[in-house]
Amino acid sequence: MDFLNAFVALSNFVLIPAIAYGSQLALGALGVTLIYGILRFSNFAHGDTMAFGTMVAILFTWWFQSMGISLGPLPTALLAIPFGIAGAAALLLLTDRVVYRFYRAQKAKPVILVIVSMGVMFIYNGLTRVVLGPDDQRFADGERFLIGALDFRRMTGLEEGLAIKSTQAITLVTAIIVVALLFWFLTYTRTGKSMRAYSDNEDLALLSGINPERVVMVTWLIVAALATIAGVLYGLDKSYKPFTYFQLLLPVFASAIVGGLGSPLGAIAGGFIIAFSEVGIVYAWKRVVAHMVPEAWEPEGLLQLLSTDYKFAVSFVILVIVLLFRPTGLFRGKAV
Amino acid sequence: MTTVIRVEDLHRHFGGFHAVDGATLEIADGSITGLVGPNGAGKTTLFNVVAGALPPTSGRVFMDGEDITGLPPHELFHEGLLRTFQIAHEFPSMTCRENLMMVPGSQSGETLWNAWIGRGRIAQEERALLKKADEVLDFLTVSHLKDEKAGNLSGGQKKLLELGRTMMVDAKVVFLDEVGAGVNRTLLNTIGDAIKRLNEERGYTFCMIEHDMDFIGRLCDPVIVMAEGKVLAEGSIDQIKSNDAVIEAYLGTGLKNKETAS
Ligand SMILES: Nc1ncnc2c1ncn2[C@@H]1O[C@H](COP(=O)(O)OP(=O)(O)OP(=O)(O)O)[C@@H](O)[C@H]1O
Ligand SMILES: [Mg+2]
Repeated sequence: MDFLNAFVALSNFVLIPAIAYGSQLALGALGVTLIYGILRFSNFAHGDTMAFGTMVAILFTWWFQSMGISLGPLPTALLAIPFGIAGAAALLLLTDRVVYRFYRAQKAKPVILVIVSMGVMFIYNGLTRVVLGPDDQRFADGERFLIGALDFRRMTGLEEGLAIKSTQAITLVTAIIVVALLFWFLTYTRTGKSMRAYSDNEDLALLSGINPERVVMVTWLIVAALATIAGVLYGLDKSYKPFTYFQLLLPVFASAIVGGLGSPLGAIAGGFIIAFSEVGIVYAWKRVVAHMVPEAWEPEGLLQLLSTDYKFAVSFVILVIVLLFRPTGLFRGKAV
Repeated sequence: MTTVIRVEDLHRHFGGFHAVDGATLEIADGSITGLVGPNGAGKTTLFNVVAGALPPTSGRVFMDGEDITGLPPHELFHEGLLRTFQIAHEFPSMTCRENLMMVPGSQSGETLWNAWIGRGRIAQEERALLKKADEVLDFLTVSHLKDEKAGNLSGGQKKLLELGRTMMVDAKVVFLDEVGAGVNRTLLNTIGDAIKRLNEERGYTFCMIEHDMDFIGRLCDPVIVMAEGKVLAEGSIDQIKSNDAVIEAYLGTGLKNKETAS
């Protein structure tokens, strides 16, 4: 029995990847939840918004790389994030002007907006593919590992290795900064407060002199930032492929709904719940268990609950369970 | 007497149903005008149209002679036109104090830029707002509730908060939709005094829907009676009470009953 090795294996294969993935989902889910809370619809185009913002960031990254601009050990993509955000913001504001504003003026029902957002999703989808193509793109550079598995083994003398990718560390640090800024903004600035007020009670917000078009605009700007940052971090950590981002829609929505749609705190909690479940369920636990039981009991199978191909089923199942037993989500968001 | 609000031949239909059916009325500057009428007479609908919450089917609304028909609520707010809701509205997840501090809306001219940079000036404005909010809560005798989440207030307390909202800025005309309903006697007197003081000291013009004839009689002159979407009569409370058409409109729904009950 060797708990230390078991813990290291657990950290290496489950905890660290799940924390990074959870941060990415949380940032994605925050965007979804803000749109739901303020614009009052589920935005199916969010995955493709992430893809678009990331695409712009990738184009700038390549340009920087070709000019020889770099951040040393850090990925150049970090420099390109502001440009990605600007690109996504321009796209979202344009969409709002030509599409959503019309439906807002009609006071269209949320379900209509959901379907409209699906149309928008297909357009974004096509846009990204026309510009960058449907294939995998590489744009990560800089130092690959913060701690390598071999170094770790040499340092500690343990049998198991622990690797921390620099993208994982960057993801976590960035997510913490972004979330802190967002909460500060929503809690302490007047604009942030008027967004919360608008989300709480639209009629009353208007009667308090809050300009709805301004609230909507600021919301889209924040969503552009959240989506692009989430997308770039995910792309750095895993890989960039437009279709993958479309697929991310399910875990991102599951995170937002599990936490309670409209609740920013819930979106963060939901992101980590989904990430840990997904990573934990498709992980083969044999390795961890082997360290913890006497050799004679060592399991024969892989102890993997689901094959990796089915990882999206995890979000789906959790979503169904939450909707059945607590439809407003863990943090009591607005009714779904 | 100058007219501050003029409603001209206003119609608002819901499908084939004419909730407001050609109402014409004037509200004199500096008055406390009562608006009464049986349930379903179209009073709230009239308020909704005047305050920009609903577009009219036809007809015009003027404020100080200017056409304000169809202006959205947040623009009317900046013109000095405020209203409260029959079913009290609040920002449930914010405290009473924060609720009141929301009121001056985006007036402070905060931009995304100076939200980060110009914290000093904004902090100063916030302090002034905080002071004002506390004064209003004090005025309404509910300062003990300032840190309570507005969602947890009782129905009557929410009504007070609604009234408090109108006191955060210098309003010109305030439309009150049954602020007194579901509120106990003592609280009702507090509300009545507040309305009187705002009218006398700060020059607010009020138009208030109310079912309690005593309350109306104590505060309002003139009183306008609506029935079936139209204005039926207008005059002092005594004239209204002895008006045959009014008594007929109320029969069965009970001005008489109310009289004997009180
Ligand atoms: N949004 C709506 N859709 C359909 N009908 C409506 C709508 N709003 C109001 N009505 C109808 O219009 C009529 C007038 O309603 P309104 O709320 O204006 O009455 P009221 O005079 O305020 O009555 P009360 O004293 O009960 O508050 C009612 O019959 C109501 O059912
Ligand atoms: Mg009413």
